[in-house]
Amino acid sequence: MTDDTLLSVEGLCIDLMIGDRPHSAVTDVSFSIRRGETFGLVGESGCGKSVTSLAVIGLLKHPLIRAGGRILLDGEDLTTVSASRMRALRGARIAMIFQEPMTALNPLSPIGRQIAEMFVLHKGATWHEADRLAVKALGNVRVPAPERRVKDYPHQLSGGMRQRVMIAIALACDPDLLLADEPTTALDVTVQAEILELIRDLSSARGTAVMMISHDLGLIANMCARVGVMYAGRLVEQQEADSVFRNPQHPYTQGLIASLPLLGARARHGRKALNEIRGVVPAVADFPKGCRFNPRCERSTDLCVETDPDRTWLESGGFVRCHHHG
Amino acid sequence: MPSSIQGLSTIRILSQYHANLWIGGILFALIVLAGVFAPWLAHTDPVMDADLMNSGLPPGHDFWFGTDDQGRDIYSRVLYGARVSLTVGIGSQLINTVIGVALGLSAGYWGGWWDDFINGLTNMMLAIPSLVFALAIMAILSPGLTSLLIALGLTNWSFTCRLSRASTLSVKSQGYVQAAKVLGYSDLRIMATQILPNILGPIVIIATLGMGGAVLAEAALSFLGLGIKPPFPSWGSMLSDAREQMMLAPWISIFPGLAIFATVLSLNLLGDGLRDILDPQSRTRRT
Repeated sequence: MTDDTLLSVEGLCIDLMIGDRPHSAVTDVSFSIRRGETFGLVGESGCGKSVTSLAVIGLLKHPLIRAGGRILLDGEDLTTVSASRMRALRGARIAMIFQEPMTALNPLSPIGRQIAEMFVLHKGATWHEADRLAVKALGNVRVPAPERRVKDYPHQLSGGMRQRVMIAIALACDPDLLLADEPTTALDVTVQAEILELIRDLSSARGTAVMMISHDLGLIANMCARVGVMYAGRLVEQQEADSVFRNPQHPYTQGLIASLPLLGARARHGRKALNEIRGVVPAVADFPKGCRFNPRCERSTDLCVETDPDRTWLESGGFVRCHHHG
Repeated sequence: MPSSIQGLSTIRILSQYHANLWIGGILFALIVLAGVFAPWLAHTDPVMDADLMNSGLPPGHDFWFGTDDQGRDIYSRVLYGARVSLTVGIGSQLINTVIGVALGLSAGYWGGWWDDFINGLTNMMLAIPSLVFALAIMAILSPGLTSLLIALGLTNWSFTCRLSRASTLSVKSQGYVQAAKVLGYSDLRIMATQILPNILGPIVIIATLGMGGAVLAEAALSFLGLGIKPPFPSWGSMLSDAREQMMLAPWISIFPGLAIFATVLSLNLLGDGLRDILDPQSRTRRT
């Protein structure tokens, strides 16, 4: 572990309680994020990526419980700190933006006040100062005429504008780590690009590390330095972004990349259908024995059905969890 | 049937222009003003100016509402009575609302054993007739304004509590409440800034409607002799005093009765009008 490690997740396990029986939803997930780095977490719906981010910010709720592992922020174990310490960290050092900018703002409060509240809450500013800082924060996320916009209510803004406001709130206190859980899924493609650019510019200007969660490989490729690929509650591959896309090691990653639609490819190569990975992600309650990808994997052997592969370290510095990688 | 069509369109016009809100609001405002300015509007002192020479006079030029058996001006006493009724109505309902919202909101937000406990308490309160409960409290405390506020303020919060709990449950799952948690808001801050403003609409309606009930309850307690002590005017005790002369001097009971009627009616109209404005569901139902 190098000195500039900001967040280090070690052996994180999260259980989903169905009735009284725990089912492992996230198993032994370890990764670290360096200061100012953008780390991407990709995977299909239900693979555990959002749950992992909730665990980092300490908001797992029944039926989800943390079953093991440590989450270190600057060496401080977030799984053992008191509730009030965690609350002080949230918003100030770890912030989060959500998928749904439509519902994440209080409809009865002007947006300026919602931004200002962060300064009052975490920086001990007076409301007067905070209002001034809110105008500045709104300007920073490139909202035109911020001094007039602060008085607007959420329903007066478009989806893209609301997501900008969310980013302004999240970055208000200059957090060290920004968790972005599919921040552009609910937005138009043109707005998506603007929002991503905004996140990239602001985070690099302030040295904020970003954990970008998405199922969109294109977005991750554009934004992230390193990428972790999750499948069925496991981190199956982790590499530099370049290597993941040029030289994917895990059959699942290879399948994901092969299934990316290429504009015009069908016409040129005479293919009729898009590539796909056969089968579906298993439900948490019936994750298969052995390698979790084995029922869908073309290279699956008896070994895969029996033993869960351990991490194989790669020359590039990443790892892959597969008996037959490459 | 032209008459029923006529009636229907009247209702439509009433609801279109929020007529119940306006009628209720103006009537209530007039009653509040009458109570506030009672010393200037009254012709005589409601307690001291008893004049047996003028006892039992019907409404006329000197005594607009007539006089009672002790020769006191009923007009003046009704005006002063408004002070008692409104203080008790508004004050006790404020206490009820604060208690109900605090318990209901926290129960809905925190859940768990606290929620079970509050639910049990609410069910218990609903099982006891609130007027009987208030009677029992009044019997322990000495009659008077403070006792009335306590008795009626502690016995009618269960509906507000249930309502705020239910509304909290639906608001709690909204994205902005989750977002506030992520941003490091404390529980109390979330309740005050995120949830309370979003559940206030129905609570205001219930509080307004409940005020009418509190005015009636005050009248009932005073009628039973457990409210305001006799020489001081309260609509309930005036009715109580008047019941023996109901046939001989009906004006002694009619005017305080009308005052109660007008106050409760105005509050109910006001509450209905507020619901039309604040509750989007009832608005769409009507159109």
